[in-house]
Amino acid sequence: MTDGPIISIRGLEVAARSRHGMLRPLRGIDLDLPRAATTGLVGESGCGKSMTARALLNITPSPMRITAGSIVLDDRKTPPVDLAALDPDGAPMRAIRGRRLAMIFQEPMTAFSPVHTIGNQIAEMLLIHEKLDKRAAKERSIEMLELVGMPNPRQHFDAHPFKLSGGMRQRAMIAMALACKPDVLVADEPTTALDVTIQAQILELLQRLQQELGMTVLLITHDLGVVARTTRRVAVMYLGEVVEETTTEALFDAPRHPYTQGLLGSVPRLGSRRGKRERLPAMRGSVPSALAELPGCAFQPRCPKAVAGLCDVVKPQMAEVAPGHRARCLLYPEVLAASVALEAA
Amino acid sequence: MWGFVLRRLVWMVPTLIVISIISFIIIQLPPGDYLSSYIARLEALGTTVDQATIDALRLRYGLNDPIWVQYFKWLGNIVFDGNFGYSFEWRLPVSQLIIERLPTTFLVATCSLLFAWSVALPIGIFSAVKQYSLGDYFFTILGFLGLGIPNFMLALTFLYISNRYFGLSIGGLFSPQYLNAPWSLDKFIDLLSHLWIPVVIVGTAGTAGLIRITRANVLDELRKPYVETARSKGLHPMLLILKYPVRIALNPFVSSMGFILPGMISGEVIVSIVLNLPTTGPLLYAALLSQDTYLAGAFVLMLAVLTVIGVLISDILLAWLDPRIRLS
Repeated sequence: MTDGPIISIRGLEVAARSRHGMLRPLRGIDLDLPRAATTGLVGESGCGKSMTARALLNITPSPMRITAGSIVLDDRKTPPVDLAALDPDGAPMRAIRGRRLAMIFQEPMTAFSPVHTIGNQIAEMLLIHEKLDKRAAKERSIEMLELVGMPNPRQHFDAHPFKLSGGMRQRAMIAMALACKPDVLVADEPTTALDVTIQAQILELLQRLQQELGMTVLLITHDLGVVARTTRRVAVMYLGEVVEETTTEALFDAPRHPYTQGLLGSVPRLGSRRGKRERLPAMRGSVPSALAELPGCAFQPRCPKAVAGLCDVVKPQMAEVAPGHRARCLLYPEVLAASVALEAA
Repeated sequence: MWGFVLRRLVWMVPTLIVISIISFIIIQLPPGDYLSSYIARLEALGTTVDQATIDALRLRYGLNDPIWVQYFKWLGNIVFDGNFGYSFEWRLPVSQLIIERLPTTFLVATCSLLFAWSVALPIGIFSAVKQYSLGDYFFTILGFLGLGIPNFMLALTFLYISNRYFGLSIGGLFSPQYLNAPWSLDKFIDLLSHLWIPVVIVGTAGTAGLIRITRANVLDELRKPYVETARSKGLHPMLLILKYPVRIALNPFVSSMGFILPGMISGEVIVSIVLNLPTTGPLLYAALLSQDTYLAGAFVLMLAVLTVIGVLISDILLAWLDPRIRLS
């Protein structure tokens, strides 16, 4: 890829003061989204995947807000803009949100207003961002519904969300997000709430649209199967940080971070050599809360390979451990060198 | 939608029949009737009433008939003649008594309702959107004060202050000179200068409650995912709040509207008595005290019917507002 990334996130932090201390769901995210490709963002519940998506659109739920870092959007048509520096409710941010960066949500039932028709909610997107009258917005919305494979789009324009099946609702959600032909689509667990057969259809649809429209997609999921099928690059998150980032093939062939190795190891495989009675290995414990302040590596308390005196002391930095493959684990000399150098500075 | 309304209308018929039976039983429950207490009063004054007169009166009012005959006579007169019977106390037809007081009653009730809503809705929405802000705390304190102070107390304070410091005649809805005068601009202005007092007093308590309800409803809705979706579309925050959470937060509001209608007739009895308002509240109170059977009965029936109608109206409004009810 000779081309620079369309989105480049650096040192992104999201935090909020709470009764119990400082909540820090995002602790310095570095992530690039390559243009016109699908990037996966994976991790367990509570690692900050969804918060990353919201920070990207600058819609962190109050009182959470972006406290540090930058999110540079460069669509090559307009000058690059740092979204993290914009007022979340201001006109410049709102003009970008929905038009150049759009999002689809996990639960298409609750993500639509129950009392407005889906047509109303899709057309609203066009009415906000494009100078269209109601009739034109309706026609465009119906075209969008057709594009996402909604049967009888004209009739379904006037349907309320509760009249549609889960898969149809997610199609409508995609139609809404893509109504203004955004450059970047953030999909936050778009298939988690759906039946397995519908999941496959929705993923196929997303892939097809990504290619047809030349969109950049950030696909957030905890389902490694989904990642393997749809993404070009993958970032693995743990406690508000990206801990490994590489191509999808490299991640599955040679995961470097012990956390990624644990994640991949806990996925059941057909035809594995493991005996019938053997249990599927599961990782110990769960992601610490966003309040946790751990010295050294955040994964160290759960890590089977942790080295006492090193991993619980030195804070690991992200470093290239193989060409195009970055990880945040002190077991790799490149990471150790970078981390020690930073601590010394 | 029309099927829904029709269904509800059909269901109202048996409900109303049961209500009329229960109302009739309730007004017959206290021992004795108006006649016996009337005779007792006459005898206490030294007048002897001979048995023939008593029997004649009993016959005239149908008090000797079996109770179900009395019920059918009562209901028949109401349904076919609009005749609610005769008030022994006032020596006037019940319908005339009530109708005289209905316009002022609805005027006061409607104005207080509009006052309460127009104050409570914006404040409630503001309090929810700016939760835990200085403004939210201020209005919360104000709201609880309004809720905590009894209305009659507020009424008495108002009376005292306006009379002591401003020398205004308050109480009633008109100054004495306009009481029997024909309608004119001056009379209207006089009405307005009296009306705001009961409106504010009756409205305050309602306002406080409504602020809390609106705040809680909007807060619930603000946390719903569809709000986030709307934000992700780049909708202006103000338009967003009005189009989505407020719209949906209105549902519980509308469903409680059914109880406003009967409240208009019976509500605020004490305030009306304190302020000497020509509304139905004090009339109902007096009828219950003096066992004025038909007047009290008409009220009980009217309140019940208004509740049923009110619930119907709020159901229709709810169905109109919320497609989930209308279409499923």
